Amino acid sequence: MKFVDEFREPELISKTAEEIRRLAGRERHYRMMEVCGGHTHAIYRFGLKDILPENIELIHGPGCPVCVLPMGRIDDALAIAQRPDIIFAAFGDMMRVPGTQGSPLEHKARGLDVRIVYSPSDALKLARLNPGKHVMFFAIGFETTAPSTALTMMRAKTEGIRNFSVFCNHVNIIPAIRAILDSPDMRLDAFIGPGHVSTVIGCRPYEWIAQNEHKPIVVSGFEPLDMLQSIVMLLRQLREGKARVENQYKRVVPWEGNRAALKAMAEVFQVRPYFEWRGLGFISQSALRVNERYADWDAEQLFEVPGIRVTDPKAAQCGEVLKGVLKPHQCKLFGRECTPEHPVGALMVSSEGSCAAYHNYEHRKTAMVSLASIA
Amino acid sequence: MCLAIPGRIVEISAENPESALVDVVGVRRKIDLGLLQADKPAPGDWVLIHVGFAMSKISEQDAADQMSTLRVLGEIEGAMQEAQGYGLEDLN
Repeated sequence: MKFVDEFREPELISKTAEEIRRLAGRERHYRMMEVCGGHTHAIYRFGLKDILPENIELIHGPGCPVCVLPMGRIDDALAIAQRPDIIFAAFGDMMRVPGTQGSPLEHKARGLDVRIVYSPSDALKLARLNPGKHVMFFAIGFETTAPSTALTMMRAKTEGIRNFSVFCNHVNIIPAIRAILDSPDMRLDAFIGPGHVSTVIGCRPYEWIAQNEHKPIVVSGFEPLDMLQSIVMLLRQLREGKARVENQYKRVVPWEGNRAALKAMAEVFQVRPYFEWRGLGFISQSALRVNERYADWDAEQLFEVPGIRVTDPKAAQCGEVLKGVLKPHQCKLFGRECTPEHPVGALMVSSEGSCAAYHNYEHRKTAMVSLASIA
Repeated sequence: MCLAIPGRIVEISAENPESALVDVVGVRRKIDLGLLQADKPAPGDWVLIHVGFAMSKISEQDAADQMSTLRVLGEIEGAMQEAQGYGLEDLN
């Protein structure tokens, strides 16, 4: 059992699974949302659903920054990138995301200068290496990634690098959780909180979920044992009628967050009054834009932005899957017109998207050695 | 995107204390330490890296556990590709 060997303490995994079954009982149905795409991916890959009792339902949240980006934003950035002096730089997971005229990779095939970078600082390096061109970095990600973009822009300013800008699509996790809780078609009991976003924002920003909404939230690591332990902690709170923020991922997440990271974000960014999220619509104060101090490095200030708004194809139910109202396989296009090989929506492109994760899980179900065999 | 890759600090850059040479999934790359000012790592320390920036200091055991997690998630190849790409070593 290769899987078992990969992790220490398989007995502890069994014990924890047993504790979950004991705590969950039979009468009550528990609905828990994991917010972040990394957890969604882990749930499928570890086969967690197989070892959880039937009365615990895991619902996938909107924590996949690629998935929630509306197509119009990709179109806007690619429109700017048509200028002959522009180098369009983005992370690998953006490359295959479809815009209305194709993905960045497809634009590259048609002659656009599109480069994959693995760090915002490498986008800045590209600018240093190509003084005759302008590098526009297509920035995405939640608070995990935003500080790195911010620091990079601070460096650009300090060094006086003028042929570099950021097309900023950074989004904030708390407003997304708020929108989910405000949604009339959602009924949730608890949250598995994001792991790496929390290394930046800490655990305090989640307190309103416990205090105002009376839902427990446990910030969780990514190993199977982490996630199972988090579920135990949530069940204990739910059975006691409690609602608190707990930190299961203490070894990495500081309660107060990362001051340097928060400082960098405040230096460079400001909160947009509203931003459109795929599936969730317009959410107020939910995303970041570059502030006035860094206007000279803001692609949206330097270049004409068409402001393209694109609604998803009617048949694609990305929005409902994102909100957790539908399971991936319940979307009419799932597995037919929309597959990882030819994705229609972003939830199928990104490995953190629930549709891609679900699709790959289904195909590997028989081959995969899951926790079920040891738990 | 949520993923973090463990790396071991080899040496802090003399010219720039916010840059370090790090051993990450088998390659040596420059990583930005700008987000770890409150808890500066030293050579030999392990850090969790996200998009080329060190996000947290972790123990060696945590680093090994994180590698196991990446392996089971099928993300080792992606992590290696990412680490190899740091510094534009893999310029396309």
